[in-house]
Amino acid sequence: MALLEVKNLEKRFGGLKAISDLSFSVPEKMVFSIIGPNGAGKTTLFNLLTNIYTPSSGSIFFKGQEITNLPPFKIARLGISRTFQNLQVFLNMNVIENVMVGCHLRSKSGLIASALRLPSVIAEEKNVKQMAFEALEFCGLSDYADRPAGGLPYGILKKLEVARSLASKPELLLMDEPAAGLNDTETAELCQLIKRICDSGITVLLVEHNMSLVMEISQTVLVLNYGKLLAEGTPEEIQRNPEVIAAYLGEG
Amino acid sequence: MKRLSGFILFATICLILPIIFPDNYYVTVVGLTIFINIILAVSLNLLMGYAGQISLGHAAFFGLGAYSSAILTIKYGLNPWLAMLAGAAFVVTLSYVLSRPILKLKGHYLAMATLGLGIIVHIFFVQADELTGGPDGISGLPTLSFLGLAIDSDVKWYFVLCSYMLLSVLFSLNIADSRAGRALSAVHGSEIAAQMMGINTAKVKSHIFVFSALMASIAGSLFAHQQDFVSPESFSFFFSIELVTMVVLGGLGSTFGAVIGAFILSILPEVLIVFEDFEVLIFGAILMVIMIFLPEGLFVALKNKVAAFLAGRQEGSK
Repeated sequence: MALLEVKNLEKRFGGLKAISDLSFSVPEKMVFSIIGPNGAGKTTLFNLLTNIYTPSSGSIFFKGQEITNLPPFKIARLGISRTFQNLQVFLNMNVIENVMVGCHLRSKSGLIASALRLPSVIAEEKNVKQMAFEALEFCGLSDYADRPAGGLPYGILKKLEVARSLASKPELLLMDEPAAGLNDTETAELCQLIKRICDSGITVLLVEHNMSLVMEISQTVLVLNYGKLLAEGTPEEIQRNPEVIAAYLGEG
Repeated sequence: MKRLSGFILFATICLILPIIFPDNYYVTVVGLTIFINIILAVSLNLLMGYAGQISLGHAAFFGLGAYSSAILTIKYGLNPWLAMLAGAAFVVTLSYVLSRPILKLKGHYLAMATLGLGIIVHIFFVQADELTGGPDGISGLPTLSFLGLAIDSDVKWYFVLCSYMLLSVLFSLNIADSRAGRALSAVHGSEIAAQMMGINTAKVKSHIFVFSALMASIAGSLFAHQQDFVSPESFSFFFSIELVTMVVLGGLGSTFGAVIGAFILSILPEVLIVFEDFEVLIFGAILMVIMIFLPEGLFVALKNKVAAFLAGRQEGSK
């Protein structure tokens, strides 16, 4: 069974069809990339999958359960997490606290228990800190744990978003242009990080413009053009597909 | 215990002061006002500083607590503690019902809606004179007694209000450093990202709104008994603005920032009395100067400066 299944998805903004009649499915434990020229609807697709936008029609299934109209926090509870193209780091917190927010779903103390700081809260707090630290270590950020997120360089913040998502132990991680704005060294590190994420059993759905990164780490590549599916296949098939070359790769 | 060292120091000072200066006007009279303001500023900071949701109507919940106590004890002869509880229950219900529609709004719109709430409640206090006594208010509340001990002097009130104030500060500090507090900060930082981390942002905002209103309501009941009198003046729109100023002045998002802000705004008018007619002018000028030069707030700015100084010294000694 596919982990994520999209059926006849459509999103209209007024007269513009940002996504039209899009169907695809993502199997478990792989890196599945979505590419396409600017404005092809890639980020819109991510926003539909996480219901930040509501689809005009069509449906989305995660592990066989329909999630089309679930609010984002419920989608997150089912095991989907994401990073953002325009960073959404909590700049008012430090690095470890950002990642501790990622552990929200794996802990449960409420407001009153927290205000009274019951023994259960103290125990959980220790546990959450440990989980968050593991996620930071996984992303190579442990040296930054106590730094305020506000002043950190862009590349670090990008990794921090990944660490925060991983802390929620998702089954599916949506990454929206993780390599944008990174230099070559950082991109190489990112490539290794995505491979390790995939090896740990998490399915990665990747939107990315950096073709060498996409071709190196993806098992399947899906090409979007004007909101429609243009082609789907292995990186080799996509690179040889004449329509894709005409629409996208050849023009570069 | 390092986490609470600041709190323990603060609590010790507060509890020792009336023992050293039992008859000092600033301790046992002005002190009571300061405590009430600290409780209100700290509770407002939970909503404004932590969760980033502005409220220009916080005085309304303070007032509803006060009037509930006055009306229920005087007109219906209810036990003061039961009246306080009933007022709190009413405020919790009201704030919960209002929270969902109001907190869907953001920025200026949220400010407008909470402002409206504050004004409506104030008009109610003034106009519903059969119930509230109108502009004259209600006086003659029964004495509050605790475990058979009547709270009938300024010094006794000092300890009662001080205890509740310290409890509020402790709750606020605990929340900051917890899963619930991080969820609030996440809502403040990025609501979309908070949702993607599984936080039900509407629920989190609603809960802190209710919690903050509850703290204000109990402060209101205590205030009513301590003053022995309630009138609409104490709960006007201007007082809500003053509370916002306290929180911003001390440093948004910092519990001790709210404490310092409340302290300064309560003590300044007393100190500036020597300037007579120019009191208000100087008061305004001080606020402006602080906000221009220390926009992150007095307490937060000073804390950062001390931290930077200590870090610099550590570098130097290496």
